[in-house]
Amino acid sequence: MNTPPRLSVRGVGHAFALHTVLENVDLDVATGEVVALVGPSGCGKTTLLHLCAGLTTLRTGRIDNDFARPACMFQQPRLLPWKSALDNISLGLKAAGMPRAERDRRARSLGLQLGLAHDDLDKFPHQLSGGMQSRVALARALAIDPDLLLLDEPFSALDIGLKTELYALLLRHLEARSLGVLMITHDLMEAVRLSDTVLVMAPTPGRIVRRMHIAHPAAQRDDAFVYSTTARLLQDAAVRESFGLAAVEATCSRDAGTAVGAEIIALDDPARTPRRSHRC
Amino acid sequence: MTLVRNWLASLPAYLWSGWGAIASLLLFLAAWEWASVHYGALILPDPRTAFATLAGLLADGSAGPELAATARRALTGFGLALVAGSLLGLAAGVSMTASMMSRPIVTVLIGTPPIAWLVLALLWFGAGDGTPVFTVFVACLPVVFVGAMQGARTLDGQLRDMARVFRLPPWMRFTDVVLPHVVSYLFPAWITALGISWKVVVMAELLASSDGVGAALAVSRSHLDTAATLAWISAVVGLLLAVEYLLLEPLKREVERWRVAT
Repeated sequence: MNTPPRLSVRGVGHAFALHTVLENVDLDVATGEVVALVGPSGCGKTTLLHLCAGLTTLRTGRIDNDFARPACMFQQPRLLPWKSALDNISLGLKAAGMPRAERDRRARSLGLQLGLAHDDLDKFPHQLSGGMQSRVALARALAIDPDLLLLDEPFSALDIGLKTELYALLLRHLEARSLGVLMITHDLMEAVRLSDTVLVMAPTPGRIVRRMHIAHPAAQRDDAFVYSTTARLLQDAAVRESFGLAAVEATCSRDAGTAVGAEIIALDDPARTPRRSHRC
Repeated sequence: MTLVRNWLASLPAYLWSGWGAIASLLLFLAAWEWASVHYGALILPDPRTAFATLAGLLADGSAGPELAATARRALTGFGLALVAGSLLGLAAGVSMTASMMSRPIVTVLIGTPPIAWLVLALLWFGAGDGTPVFTVFVACLPVVFVGAMQGARTLDGQLRDMARVFRLPPWMRFTDVVLPHVVSYLFPAWITALGISWKVVVMAELLASSDGVGAALAVSRSHLDTAATLAWISAVVGLLLAVEYLLLEPLKREVERWRVAT
C-alpha cells in the first residue's frame, strides 16, 4: 500500500438501451488532485460519475478505485426529510458504527464550521433554505472524512454568492487534508477556478475531447486569471463545438494552448482532427 | 421510548387545540337535542337520556363485557388485517408487476359490500367469533394493503442511491430510509382501517353473534328501546373518538413531525 490511492477510468463506455451515452472515456484522479468534468447538459457527465461511485453497473471498460472512503454530493441535497440536519450530517458516521455522542459532537462542529447555526442543526430539512440544505449535504459528505469526493454539480441551484462561499469552504477543507476530487459542472469558470485538470466532454456520444492542466495553485487564482483562462478555453474549437457555440475563425486550438499557467491538450478524436487541421 | 415521552409532553397542547373539535361536537349534540324535541322521545330520545342509559348500563356491569367482546373482535380482525395488509402491500409495492396485478383484486375487495362477506362468513364460520373477525379482516385488508403498496411504490430512488454511496448497512437502509417513508403512508391507512373495523364489527355482531355491542343493539331494537340503542351507539362512537383522537392522532403527529411546516 505504498502507492497513493487513485481512481482510474479506462475505456469506459455506457449505453441506455440503444442510446450510447459514453464512449471510450479515460481519466485519472490522484489523491490531492481536483479534476473537473465540464460539458453541456446531457453529455453523460452524471452517468460517468455514477459509474465511478458504483451506482450504475459498469458494462464496458475498467474502473479501478482504490480510495477507501469515497463521498458523494448530488445535484439535489438528497437529505432524509425525517431526520434533523444534525442526524443527516452524521448519517455516514452512524453507518460506520460510531457511537451517538461522538458522531453528534463531530457533526455539530462540522456543521458550525460550514456556517450552520446551532438551531439550524436541530431543524428538519424542509425548514431550511436551499443554501442551508446544501451546507448540510456538504457537511454530510465531509463528515466521513472522505479520501475521494465525487461532486455532481452540487451547488448549481444556488446563487453565485452562495456558490462561491461554499466552494471556498470546500477549498479550505481540501487544503487541510489531501483528497482526490472529481467534480462535474457545466460552468467553465467554476472548473477553472477550482481544479487542477479540466476535462471537456462533448455530447452524443459522451467523450472527453480536451484536457487542460492548470499549474497555478487554486488558492492563488484571482478573478483575472480565471477570466482569461476561461476565455482561452472558450477559444478552443472543440470546446466551442461541444457547447454548441459558433466557431471562431481567427483562433485555433494550438494557439490557445500556449498561454501562461495552463496548458490545453487536444485528445485524439479521429472524427474531428481532419476538419480542425483544415481550419488552422 | 422517546415517542411515548413526546406523546405525553405534547398531549396538553394538543388537548387545548381540541376546543374547536369539542365545540363542533357540542353543536352536533344540540342538533340531536332539537331533533328529539321535534320528533318526540320515542323516535329519538334526547342525548341526556341516552347518556344516562349508558351510564346505567356501565354501572350495573352489563356494558363492560359486551364492549370488551366487541373490542376483542374488532381489534383481532384489525390486527390481522394490519399485519397481512402491510406485509403483502409492501411486497406488492416492491414489484411493478405485482402492484399492477393486485390493483383489480383490491378494487374487487373494496367494492364487495361487507354485508356480502358477512353472509359468506356466517356460512363458513357459524355464530362464533370467527364471523365478525373475518368480516372485519376482509373489510380492513384492502385499505391497509393499498396504503402499504403506495408507500413502497413511492420510495425515492435518489435517497436509495444516497444510502448506497454513504454505505448504509442493510438494517439502516430499512430503519432510516425505507421505514419512515412507508410509515407515513401506512399510518393514515391504519387509522382509516381502525374506523372501518369498528363499524363493521357492530354490523357483524348484530346479525351473527349472541354477545357484543351488535347483539345488544339487536336486543334493544326488538324491545323498541331507542334510548338503549342510542346509548350503545354513543358508547361505540365515543370509544372510537377516544382511541383516534387521544392515541392515534397525537402519535401520528409525532411520527410525522418532519412533514409539518412549523
